[in-house]
Amino acid sequence: MFVERKRALMKAAALSALAIAALAGCSKKEEAAPAAAAPAASAAAAPKADPVKVAFVYIWTAGDAGWTFAHDLGRKEVEAEFGDKVKTTIVEKVPEGADAERVIRDLAAQGNKIIFATSFGYMEPMLKVASEFPDVKFEHATGYKTAPNMGIYDSKFYEPAYMAGIVAGKMTKTNTLGFVGSFPIPEVLRNINAFTLGAQSVNPKVKTKVVWVSTWSDPPKEGDAAQSLINGGADVLLQNTDSTAVLQTAEKNGKYAFGWDSDMSAFAAKAHLGSAVANWGGYYKQAVKSVMDGTWKTDRTVWGVKEGMNDFIKPAEAVPADIKAKIEEIKAGMKAGTFEVFTGPIVDSTGKERLAKDAKADQEWKDKVDFYVKGVEGKIPSAK
Amino acid sequence: MNEIALLIAATLASGTTLAMAGLGLLLNEKAGVLNLGAEGMMLVGALAGFGAAYASGNDWVAFAAGAAAGAVMAMVFGVLVIWLNTNQYATGLALTLFGGGLSAFVGTNFAGKTLGDRGSVGIPGLMDVPFLGPALFRQHPMTYIAIALMFALGWFLYRSRSGLVLRGVGESPESAHALGYRVRWIRLGAVMAGGALCGIAGAYLSVVRAPLWVEGVTAGSGWIALALTTFATWRPARVLLGAYLFGGVTMLQFYLQGEGVEIASQLLAMLPYLSTIVVLALISRNPTWIRINMPASLGRPFHPGS
Repeated sequence: MFVERKRALMKAAALSALAIAALAGCSKKEEAAPAAAAPAASAAAAPKADPVKVAFVYIWTAGDAGWTFAHDLGRKEVEAEFGDKVKTTIVEKVPEGADAERVIRDLAAQGNKIIFATSFGYMEPMLKVASEFPDVKFEHATGYKTAPNMGIYDSKFYEPAYMAGIVAGKMTKTNTLGFVGSFPIPEVLRNINAFTLGAQSVNPKVKTKVVWVSTWSDPPKEGDAAQSLINGGADVLLQNTDSTAVLQTAEKNGKYAFGWDSDMSAFAAKAHLGSAVANWGGYYKQAVKSVMDGTWKTDRTVWGVKEGMNDFIKPAEAVPADIKAKIEEIKAGMKAGTFEVFTGPIVDSTGKERLAKDAKADQEWKDKVDFYVKGVEGKIPSAK
Repeated sequence: MNEIALLIAATLASGTTLAMAGLGLLLNEKAGVLNLGAEGMMLVGALAGFGAAYASGNDWVAFAAGAAAGAVMAMVFGVLVIWLNTNQYATGLALTLFGGGLSAFVGTNFAGKTLGDRGSVGIPGLMDVPFLGPALFRQHPMTYIAIALMFALGWFLYRSRSGLVLRGVGESPESAHALGYRVRWIRLGAVMAGGALCGIAGAYLSVVRAPLWVEGVTAGSGWIALALTTFATWRPARVLLGAYLFGGVTMLQFYLQGEGVEIASQLLAMLPYLSTIVVLALISRNPTWIRINMPASLGRPFHPGS
């Protein structure tokens, strides 16, 4: 009898543990295929008004106050603009690779008409799924491969990085800047170079130290990297990673840093010098509208300050007025299309000339950036 | 010179999380229970600690909250594994998943919140001693507690009667049971104490180290702590050595990158793991040493009266 009761108890415990494990799993919202429990409910049962289904694939959670947070703000703008004519779905924390393929295929099968994938590493999985669903539109952020039903969109983060560099060049007392980099891909190298070029335009003696953390988001590691840059003499930091850890480490040490991807001014009272942000809403609204109108076509869209996609916001009180004025002047130039961040002469850290005097870099040059400009210390590790 | 002092300070700060978690797992495993749920307990502790710090503004309330959260999670694990004799490895993994999901779910309200100015930390007086001051004495109190805990745990396990009983339970629960000790309650106590320490480690991470809450903020530290305890052959001093070695080499590789040293950053990123494994494996390579220190009943269920 005792043994039977124990067996029943064990069964109950095992079942509840299993149910809890199935529920916990990786976090997903709306319908999506989970591991154990009940499979996803029916996909697109057409409701009365037939809203256009729009899906977003996120690399992390919208609460990261960084990259994904900014994309989610864009999504909310789409919802605000189109109301019940759209139905948005998000899937968070999707790792790049095979898992991403499964998630994207799932979203396409559920009747989403346009799917946005917000990280570089989703490129290959999305390309594969795009070939299987010719009627669904796919949009990939920060990539370089397209298909008849897959377009790419990107922002010019190097523009606010340049402006951050101007502020940094003025505010640094040690003439050493620090950069916490994720992966040595052209996008990140552009930002490092733009940051350095901007700083050198007001302070030619500046040099930049770079530390690579090999991840887009890992707050303790980002904090450690920032700390080691500060220990090495850097007093103004910029990052290409997603969390507020670098900014908070700067605050703890009495140094300066910038917000990245979204407005991080609330996270550090004294350290925050400005935030380099992206506003994805404008592009998302345009893309969704084009799907509704039937005018969507595959394209490569790279927007910057001119189109309202990027900005450098909330410069701190401590930044002198002449620098603030210079930033406004440059923004005006970017909006008018007359100011290009990568204008020659540009010399790389080995002394080789990469861009002739007065030449303006074209998109191809920018896509192939694989060097540090003069003033950035160290050697680039071979890319991922 | 100053840079070395800063490196030492950064090592101590960064190693404390692993040290606390490692010591907690050591206690667990000495009693014969292998708790693979370290990552889950740390995450729940991190969330509880962050929430408590946010609400109260007091670090110690945060650590207490983290400890309580870790202990409760460990208690659930303990009941399942010790009384219902479920498989320890599977239950531990389930605990990790559960802790991760639970902390993510409850933590959505805390993502993006800040804790405000923390003020400076350190031992007054000692912290201004040249070189040693910045190197050793400007740490958060929890760092010193972790070191004290190592000594306390060493004394408890090897010099006290209760520690002997605990080790006995870990080596041969049948013999302990025959002697009249309540094996299952002792094991539960060890599991809960271990869980509390893991919870404190998580709270330290989210309140002092980061300090922020985001899903998965521990980024695998729980797994590293688990491996650390095994490689350190269940001796408290070696666990601390491994933790500081790991933290130190991590900071060192960032420092080397910042100085422009020409080694690929990916290789440098491997260095903390490699060096910790190599050092600990080398100092513990004597098979007799391993046999003496490994709790013989680790991972095996115990039935009284079977």
